[in-house]
Amino acid sequence: MSMATTIGRNMLASARLLGIFALAGSILLAGTYGLTRDRIEQQQRASLQSTLLEVLRDVRYDNALLDDTVQIRDPLLGTDAALTAYRARRAGQPVAVLFPVIAPNGYSGAIRLLVGVAADGSLTGVRVLEHRETPGLGDKIETRRSDWIRQFAGLSIGQPPKRQWAVTKDGGNFDSFTGATITPRAVVAAVKNALLYFESNKAALYAAAEPATPPAN
Amino acid sequence: MSDYTDIAKKGLWTNNPGFVQLLGLCPLLAVSNTVVNALGLGLATLLVLTASNAAVAAIRDSVRDEVRIPIFVMVIAAFVTAIELLMNAFLHELYLILGIFIPLIVTNCAIIGRAEAFASKNSLRKAVADGLAMGGGFGLALLLLGALREVLSQGTLLADSHLLFGELARGWTITVIPGFRGFLLAALPPGAFIGLAFLIAGKNMVDRRLQARQPAKPPVGAEPA
Repeated sequence: MSMATTIGRNMLASARLLGIFALAGSILLAGTYGLTRDRIEQQQRASLQSTLLEVLRDVRYDNALLDDTVQIRDPLLGTDAALTAYRARRAGQPVAVLFPVIAPNGYSGAIRLLVGVAADGSLTGVRVLEHRETPGLGDKIETRRSDWIRQFAGLSIGQPPKRQWAVTKDGGNFDSFTGATITPRAVVAAVKNALLYFESNKAALYAAAEPATPPAN
Repeated sequence: MSDYTDIAKKGLWTNNPGFVQLLGLCPLLAVSNTVVNALGLGLATLLVLTASNAAVAAIRDSVRDEVRIPIFVMVIAAFVTAIELLMNAFLHELYLILGIFIPLIVTNCAIIGRAEAFASKNSLRKAVADGLAMGGGFGLALLLLGALREVLSQGTLLADSHLLFGELARGWTITVIPGFRGFLLAALPPGAFIGLAFLIAGKNMVDRRLQARQPAKPPVGAEPA
């Protein structure tokens, strides 16, 4: 047998072996994916729902919150990308809207927040969705580290007045934490921007037609 | 000493991937900030290592030498992705916290290292035992470092254990130092390096004591890397 044929045979055998294992791996993954797909989607919705409910606190609503959404886009929200707003209604009347807002000027990059604004312009709540602030200092914006972020519930532009929407160091109404001013400053500014955005886009936020799906109740 | 005792001893102590071989340091240092995170990643690594060792040992006679490395990598990557999907489905919150470190298990050199150095030359049963021992050893290193850092940075142990063990475990948090405000360095990356250094030093000290106590026996030869 010539050397060229031997090499050719070896290559073919190797390629066949690789192909068989690629196929076996794909089958394993396709199977796992098929088994877990529904459960993963369910978990993602549950996780989103529980965050939304935490921000909504005791606001009562009767629509399918996760399906009543509208895409919003505004420089005040801290990003050029479109964001998803969730609308809570009761008997068809808007009661609150929840939307993400980004504080681009955190100590270690952007901080993603979720704010809930009731129809009267007051905050139902604010929660941090994602951040990279220093553990032990800036991470006090998480509810598991401190209650700081809970103080926003019930506040609005005017309560306190607009110029008081800053940390105490800048002459405002909000305490910062020991050793960290930049993080609370960024969060306060982002929440204020969210409220300003709500003030000027209130009608548009609710305007887009309700989805065809009937209310959950 | 039977083969299996020897395998277990090497994985957990004399050739521990975290403390002796110093393999897989990236996840070891990054995810050891709390006991629950450390346990989550430790268990995922243990599962992948055992499964990949078993698969590699089972196919060792049919794999051609020239393509064995790509095939081992493919086997490991398939198991990691399967485990990532399962964690996303059943341990969703922990999955969100561990983030990129679950897919990164593929690149943990301890896993391809065991496939190449042990599983491809040994029987299926021995390979499974080695996977359990080495994975257990890596998990033990993660767990010790996680416990050390959690106590120093938060004064607790097993905080947020419901992420791993379900709702029943909500009350499992042990407050070791009540009212402790936390030692920030322990939670930060330098704390991981310093903590690991102290643990390795501690292990070496124990080894030295053990050796001094039994001068009659010849020292057990270390396995070549």
